[in-house]
Amino acid sequence: MSSYTAEVRITPRAGLLDPEGKAVQNALHSLEFDGVEDVRVGRLIRLRLNADDDAGAQQTADDMCRRLLANPVTEDYEIVLVKGS
Amino acid sequence: MRAAIVTFPGSNCDYDCFKAVTEVLGEDAYFVWHRETAVGDCDLVILPGGFSYGDYLRAGAIARFSPIMQDVQRFAAEGGHVLGVCNGFQVLCEAGMLPGALVRNRSLKFQGERVYIRVENTDTAFTVHYEPEQLLHLHIAHGEGNYVADAGVIERLEAERRVIFRYVDESGQVTDEGNANGSMNNIAGIINEQGNVLGLMPHPERSVEALLGSKDGLPIFTSLAERLATAGSSA
Repeated sequence: MSSYTAEVRITPRAGLLDPEGKAVQNALHSLEFDGVEDVRVGRLIRLRLNADDDAGAQQTADDMCRRLLANPVTEDYEIVLVKGS
Repeated sequence: MRAAIVTFPGSNCDYDCFKAVTEVLGEDAYFVWHRETAVGDCDLVILPGGFSYGDYLRAGAIARFSPIMQDVQRFAAEGGHVLGVCNGFQVLCEAGMLPGALVRNRSLKFQGERVYIRVENTDTAFTVHYEPEQLLHLHIAHGEGNYVADAGVIERLEAERRVIFRYVDESGQVTDEGNANGSMNNIAGIINEQGNVLGLMPHPERSVEALLGSKDGLPIFTSLAERLATAGSSA
């Protein structure tokens, strides 16, 4: 068993309206950050887990995302795995 | 009719549902704590509104894993009727008992107000006591009620007449101004394929007596009471 740190980045699915992102974008524009073209607001979940190997850790993290951490109807997710903690 | 009302930590409309069923309707109801593993001897399960688990992660996402939900799913699979109101609708979507999801309102605000709703299908156990296209004035009280689903799902819901309630303007027209929260196709409530699980964002239990300003929510409960009385125990 090795210890892993997994960072799960969850964002609104591409193409889906993200009202929060839109509001942040409008606020940035009102601060005259005119170059901002798009803002998506998501969520970052950092967790530590034990697994036999890299593949096992990836598999487990993926399973967690599909079953609880992300909603596949509205969200995309990406897992960044680092061995050790 | 005997209704089981599930209480999650953070539910806050469970007593409203209880009073609607018992005091207004004169039927039977009891509470079931979310950690229990059986809904008990009932004809109807109500998942009430509130903020189960503080809406952590996503509204309804954690409640859906409460021990009781497994039995709610069994109950529904065996044909039992389930009504999810507001947070209850969110739980039903998260549990995969209804398609789609409820995301942040287009306004980005929590909206507590009375809005216009049109009944789109009266041929269900939940809506037989409404007139076709009846215009209702019901409360909403939510921050995440904006219904989204894949284009294919929306198409199917429409084709199968499973959109039961829609946000409309005060003349009863489906317009963008009448869309309370930005929901796709102005969807306020849907039913599952089998017709025994219904979820809606507005609160029918808050509009069951003239004293509350409107009785527009009452027919949902009387429809169910009639249907479930004749059916006997449905599970």
